[in-house]
Parts: sequence; structure tokens; C-alpha cells
Amino acid sequence: MKLSFSAADEAFRVEVAQWLQDNLTGEFEHIRFRGGPGDEHVFVEERKRWEQRLAEGGWTCIAWPEAFGGKQATIEQQVIFNEEYARAGGPGRVGHIGETLMGPTLIEFGTPEQQAKYLPGIRAGREYWCQGYSEPGAGSDLGNVKTRAVFDEATQQWRINGQKVWTSLAHESHYCFVVARTDPNQVGHKGLGFFMVAMDQLGVTIRPIEQLTGTAEFNEVFFDDAVCAADDILGAPGQGWAVAMALLGYERGVSTLGQQMLFQNELDEIIRVAKTNGTSQDPSIRQRIAEAHMGLKTMRYNSMRMLSGAEGSQLNREAMIYKLYWSSWHRNLGKLAMDVMGEQAEILEAAPYELNRLQSMFLFTRADTIYGGTNQIQRNLIAERALGLPREPRGQS
Amino acid sequence: MEFRFTEEQLMIQDMAASFVDEVSTSEAVRAAMLSDKGYDEETWQRITQELCWQALTIDEEAGGLGLGYVELVALLEQAGRKLLCSPFFGTACLALSALKQCPVSPAKQTAIEAILAGQTATLVHTDSAGRWDDSAQLPCIKSGALEGIASHVVNGDSAEWLVVAARENDALVLLLVSPACPQVKRRALTTMDQTRRLGGIQFNQLPLEAAHRLCEGELAERILAACLELARIGAAADMVGVAQQALDSSVGYIQERVQFGRTIASFQAVKHKCADVMLKLESSRSSLYYAACIADEYLANHASMAALQEAASIANAYASEAAFFAAGVGIQLHGGVGITSEYDIQLYFKRARALEAYLGLPHWHRERLASMLLEGDVA
Repeated sequence: MKLSFSAADEAFRVEVAQWLQDNLTGEFEHIRFRGGPGDEHVFVEERKRWEQRLAEGGWTCIAWPEAFGGKQATIEQQVIFNEEYARAGGPGRVGHIGETLMGPTLIEFGTPEQQAKYLPGIRAGREYWCQGYSEPGAGSDLGNVKTRAVFDEATQQWRINGQKVWTSLAHESHYCFVVARTDPNQVGHKGLGFFMVAMDQLGVTIRPIEQLTGTAEFNEVFFDDAVCAADDILGAPGQGWAVAMALLGYERGVSTLGQQMLFQNELDEIIRVAKTNGTSQDPSIRQRIAEAHMGLKTMRYNSMRMLSGAEGSQLNREAMIYKLYWSSWHRNLGKLAMDVMGEQAEILEAAPYELNRLQSMFLFTRADTIYGGTNQIQRNLIAERALGLPREPRGQS
Repeated sequence: MEFRFTEEQLMIQDMAASFVDEVSTSEAVRAAMLSDKGYDEETWQRITQELCWQALTIDEEAGGLGLGYVELVALLEQAGRKLLCSPFFGTACLALSALKQCPVSPAKQTAIEAILAGQTATLVHTDSAGRWDDSAQLPCIKSGALEGIASHVVNGDSAEWLVVAARENDALVLLLVSPACPQVKRRALTTMDQTRRLGGIQFNQLPLEAAHRLCEGELAERILAACLELARIGAAADMVGVAQQALDSSVGYIQERVQFGRTIASFQAVKHKCADVMLKLESSRSSLYYAACIADEYLANHASMAALQEAASIANAYASEAAFFAAGVGIQLHGGVGITSEYDIQLYFKRARALEAYLGLPHWHRERLASMLLEGDVA
């Protein structure tokens, strides 16, 4: 075991930090620390230009193989990039779904033609993607998707009908990857396809969902005879579940360390407030601040273990606890922020409903324990996959 | 960055696991618990003569294996997993940690050679009430003789060598004492957890010579403070092992126990408890391994005392809560048989409780971290 990075990695860190210092300035100065979870609706045009600036500097898709325009960065380098990006206040990445989810999945499952069609736009920071998994009747139970894809022999295209929900950045995206049923006679994980659907067409309607924060990061997306070229299915019809699950495997990775830098930033702000308003002298608040600090440090050690043992998208035991761990920790941090703010927690910044950062964080953390697999689903996964306990029985559908 | 065991470390861990599985069975633990010294002499002989665990962290020039805290923690985790009753913790984690940091002296030489040869040792750093913090009234040196009582000393009733923290006027002195003399009286304490023996020691006008002295003053303060941090990390390792076995035995039991025509493991309420235990357990393990790395860096002068304190507090507080939670949930999942003496889960529960309180409860660690965060500089 060793904790330190090699001299080459430390040199890489300096290079990243220097580039960010030189570029995250001027027209981008005001979007520093903005556009993260719960704040994704702000400064979208500036953040798109920022994606292109990153791409010009060679800082998009650094984990991809060189053949696809990446740097084939090692795990350590990806960790360092994410840490420095968060430390510098790099804004929420509009391109992250394409870069971290769609790209790796295309590289693993796509044909050379599909790779040539889609990867360059992601790499250049010009084409953005959104995720079409959840439906009103398929949340935790993703296998229950009702959206249907039918191949039209006359036009040689797929026709897609159905509704997706909780789609973040849908109105900014060029493409959506959609899990849809190709075989109406199959249920559950069988008979699904994985489609790459253009958003700019008559058959696609987007409706924002206003959340408890008053803002709208998420959308409903309706597909009414939306079309998708015959070549735009990833994998074969019927293989959709395997592709969809492989994609989720890329989600739990190095970006977690960048996320932790944002968490640190929030905790630092809570500590500043506590020192200013005197709650730092309250013995019970002191215990909770220490608990938050310990929890965040431990989150970092968990991900260091996870990354040191990471091979491909295979999940290890440390990775299985990760979502449950961070979502519970962050939810508690939100409540701590309110309790430290005291009476001021109730008063908003401005009418009609302008929240400050900690208030917004508090409200949005209630989503953390739901999206990406609820805490209850996470506990099922840990119990069944890590501890080998019996699987939950399925009801009749 | 390689935050995982190397091949060599995995081998050390595997060998330790097989060894404790063989020697520290339920029957062996129960026999050792009730024995004179609280441990099995033959097992200790094998640990020191066959496996040479006591030599692990001793420098190669001094005849040891020259390994560090990462390896020591791997052994202690296995010891905790099977409730090993042994003077190993007192000898290797307490006494040796102090001795290693002391300057060269005849006393140090004597002690290290004795430990290498397989003799037992411990650290005496408490007062008559078992206190170890700044309020402790440590044994005193007056007119060249040691006087006072120390309680709650790990294996203090039987250790063959004592590294004693004593006060001389205002200065702290570390001494090496052989208790085989009429001026030292000792007895075993009757404790709730019977797998880790504690002793009470009385020094009654024990005459001291220069040859007893290991070090004194600020250096002694620094060494003792570091020792307590290292002991907290060692105890965390034991607790991670306790939590692991409490979980494993519960997971085994619930898959056999049938009620309502199904194993109780198939109930979601039961599964989710196990998932919560695993979350705490794996998180403790991560902070333990981190703390072990920091311990090695501290001993090599690459990490500060503040960094060591922070890592030790996080590892110890997490492991304390994980072990107590795992053992408590373990009793609950065992149902009625969980509260019988026949099943081992109660022994894990008691060891978890005792270790949780050893050198600071979780809230003590949190308050220490809070003062670093809110009043001082954090590492």
C-alpha cells in the first residue's frame, strides 16, 4: 500500500492545475463552482462554450483510448484531473453523460461506423447526450420499461413510442440513449433494445419538471413515432439490457473524487457559518461537524480502495457500498447545514423563491437517496450481490 | 497510489487467517478466557517461534523482519476476527511501539532482545482509575523509587516486561521494569470481556537505577502520545476483525434459520440490517488501512503528529461504531440463541464494547476532531 502519487503523476497535476488557472478565467470566471447537481439549469450557454474550450485544450474524454481522441489517462491521472477540476471550481460538465457514459459504452459495444458518427462530437464538446432509462412505471424496476421500438420495413427505420422521465439536460441534448422494448412478447430484462435517438425531431417533446427547489433540472421526454435509423441501435435487438447495465458500470468511478471536492467545499462553508454565528460552540453541532468531516475523509478512502482495485466496469465490494454511503452522508450534511444556519435557514435570498447555496443543497439532497438506485435498492444489491442473501421475489405483472 | 495490499501483504494476511482459524476456535477461546494468564501458552510459543509475529515491526538490523504498521494491522484484524486471546497486542502494538521510538540505551536493547526471544511485554500508561488522558495520576518517582498504582493495563497481570510511564516532578519518564520482584504486585481484573485480559499493578517503593530509564521529558511525552495513537489504530484493526466475523456468523445463521416456511435471510428487514453492517464495516476497513499507512509515514518522519491523530481518531471511531453495531445487530439476528452463552456472538459483543471504550469513545474522538476543525489547523 502506498498513498503517494508518482513524480510523473504530480507533474501531470501541475499541468492540469496550470491549464485550468490559465483558462477558467475571463468569460468563464463567473461560472466557477456553478452548474453542479441541483444547479444544472444555470449558465448553460457559457458552460457549453467551456466544454469546447476544454476540448481544444485536450481535456475532454481523457480516459478514452488515443485512437478515439483521448489521452488513455491512467486511473491516477483521472483522479488527479477530477480533483484539480473541482478544486479550481470547474463548472458542472454539460458533456459528462456523453463523455463518461455513452462514450465508453460506444467504445465497448459500437461498430466502427457508430463510433465514427458519434464519438468525435462528444470529444469536441459540441454534441451532448441525455439518458432515457426511467419511465413513470419503471423507476427502481427498470426492467419494466414500456417504451416500444418497432422496426418499420417500409422506411427501414425504428419507430419509438413511449415516455421517459427524470431526464436531466434533455433540452440541451442532441441525442438521447433510450432503452425500449423491441419484442412485445418478452418481459423484464429480455426483448429490450438500446437506441441512440436524435432529439431534434417532431416526434420528441420535452417538458421540464419543477422540483421542490423551484428549479427544473429534470424533464419528461415523450416519444410519439420518433424515428431512429436502423444503424442507431447499439448491440442487437434483445441485447439492450446488457448494454444498459454495462453503461451504468461506468457511472461509478473516478468522477466520485471530483464530487467529493464539491462536498468538501460545502462542508467548508458550513464550518465558516458555524464559526461566524457561534454554533461552533454547541457540543452537539461540534459532534455533527466532526462526524461530517470523518465521513467525507472515509468516503475518500473508500474510493481510493475502489479505484485501486478497479478493473474495467466490474464492481467490487467497495463499489457496492459507494452510492448508499455518499447519498446518506450528503443527506445528513444538508440537515446539518440547516441546523447550523439556525433561524436564517428559513429566510430565502429573494422572492419569489431564490434559495442560497446551502438551502438549495439541503432540499436537493433529498433526491440523492432516490436517483441512481434508491437507498432501499442499494441495500438489496449489497445484501444479494455482496453477501449472497436470497433475492427479492418478483410480483406478478 | 496503490491503496490495496501487495502480494506479500496478502500472503501475510492469508497465513494469519489460517493460523487463527486453526488455533483460536470457539473451544480454545473459552479455555483461554478462563485460564490463569488469559491466553494459551502453547499458542504464544507458536506465534513467537514459528510465525515470529513479535519480530514483524522490529528493524532488520536488530534481528526483526523490518515490516510496518500495514502488516501489523493485517495480523491484528485476523486476531480480532477469531477473538484471539493473546499477549500479542500488548507486546507488539504497545510495548514495542514505545521501545522502537526510544533512543538507543541498554534498557531498550534488553527489552527488544527479550521480545524477539518470545517474552511478553506491555505498556503501563494509566493511573489507579484506568485514566490515560491528561487527568491521569501516573505512578511517581520519588527519591529514586517508583510508587503508585496502574489499572486497566492490557495483559498487565502477566507481561514479563513493563514499559512504564511515570512522573518525576513534572517530567514524564519512560522506564523498563521487570515485575519479577517483591516491590511489584499484580493481579488480573475481572472484566466483562474475558478475551482481552486486563491487569492492575502496584509499584511499592521499587528502587530505580539508571539502567531502567528509556527516556524522559518532551521526548517521552511525544513517544507516549504517538504510542496511544498507534494503539488506537491497532485496536481499530481488532475491531474490524470483530465486525467482520459478527457479520459473517450472522449471515451464516440467518440462512439456516427457517420461520414462516422460509429462511429469515429472505426477509428484506433482515437483509437490510446486514447491508447496513457491511457499509459500516467496509468504511471502517478503508479508514483503518489509511491510518496504517499514516502510522508508517509518521514513524518514518513523513507525516505529522496532527495527521497521525486525525487518522487514528477517524479509524478508531469508525471501527468502534462498526464493531458494536455489527455485534449488536448480530445478537438481534441470532434471535433467542444470541443471548445464550453457548453461541459466540455474545463474546464478539463484549469484545466490541471493551475495545470501543479503550483509549477514547467515539464521541471523544469527534470532539478532538472538532477542535482541530473549529479551533485549530487540520492536517
